[in-house]
Amino acid sequence: MNIVTAPEVLKTSGLGSCVGVVLYDAGRAKAGMVHIMLPNFNYSKNAGDNPAKYADSGIELLYHRLIKAGGCPQRFTAKIAGGAQMFQFSTDMMRIGPRNVEAVKSKLLQLNIPLEAADVGGKCGRTIEFDPSSCLLNVRTVHKGERII
Amino acid sequence: MKAEERVFKDEFSALQLDVLKEVGNIGAGNAAASLSTLLNKPINMSVPSIQVIEFDKVMDLAGGADNETVSISLRIEGDAPGSMFFMLSPQQADDFITELFKEESGSTELRQSALQELGNIIAGSYLSSLADFTQLDLMPTVPVVVSDMAGAILSAGLIKLSQYYDRAIVIETLLEDKQVDGKMNGHFFLFPDPEFYKVLFRSVGVFNE
Repeated sequence: MNIVTAPEVLKTSGLGSCVGVVLYDAGRAKAGMVHIMLPNFNYSKNAGDNPAKYADSGIELLYHRLIKAGGCPQRFTAKIAGGAQMFQFSTDMMRIGPRNVEAVKSKLLQLNIPLEAADVGGKCGRTIEFDPSSCLLNVRTVHKGERII
Repeated sequence: MKAEERVFKDEFSALQLDVLKEVGNIGAGNAAASLSTLLNKPINMSVPSIQVIEFDKVMDLAGGADNETVSISLRIEGDAPGSMFFMLSPQQADDFITELFKEESGSTELRQSALQELGNIIAGSYLSSLADFTQLDLMPTVPVVVSDMAGAILSAGLIKLSQYYDRAIVIETLLEDKQVDGKMNGHFFLFPDPEFYKVLFRSVGVFNE
């Protein structure tokens, strides 16, 4: 998890089933990103686990960190990318990408944060970079080039 | 506290580390032999390394999270579950196919199916020797060949583990074609699921209590 103010940018590389969630306050050019691996904190099998990995607890944490950094929650907006299904194995855990996306969306809804743009699903890895001054999220893939959302 | 958590927290005894190394040794050794037969040339194997490292460090081992790689991936189900990946750079994968066919020809499908076959052979020999060593019932899924970012691929093998920890145990072995220096390097990654260890150590008679 990371919080920046423009001109700094946020970047995370090689997202597969994970979802990169960016929350930003355009007025103050502040943004934060969290790298979600699993849908819900109740998936955790370890009491001392890091809550930032889970969609519900991770976004909650990011939300409060961004407020603490001077962001105004009424202005928070989100952009997300990732949640691919890299493999077609039948194992339950392998459908984790779409489930992560669902969990992220429902948490954003619960916190009343509008989801401005999303590039999710499919079968490819993504490297993403968010610039808080333009509020644009650059999504790069290996086979399908770049997309700016 | 669950047994597997305790194992992970206290790291491993020297003997247990040796067992894990032997897993990498036996598996990759057999895979190297199969590959050597297939290509009719000597293939060397590095001494396996066992590392307990953070997830992003795992990606660094594969050249960085957004490094493009060709990966032959499978899940191991059964007694000792886990995920296995054999990774080549796109160039190395291409060289391998050219070497196999002795020419540049071959449709995309043919080349893809040759890689799939490479996956079957390598993964099959790795796992069957591991099953012999441990007397465990290991059921691999059919290997899938994917060309994409290393992070996107490897993280699929860390999902189960991430419910417990932020770090992974990586059993890593390198296969090398010594005749063309550094040209045919393949990386094996074995990510055991948390329950793998108890089963493995019991099967070879090494206990931590």
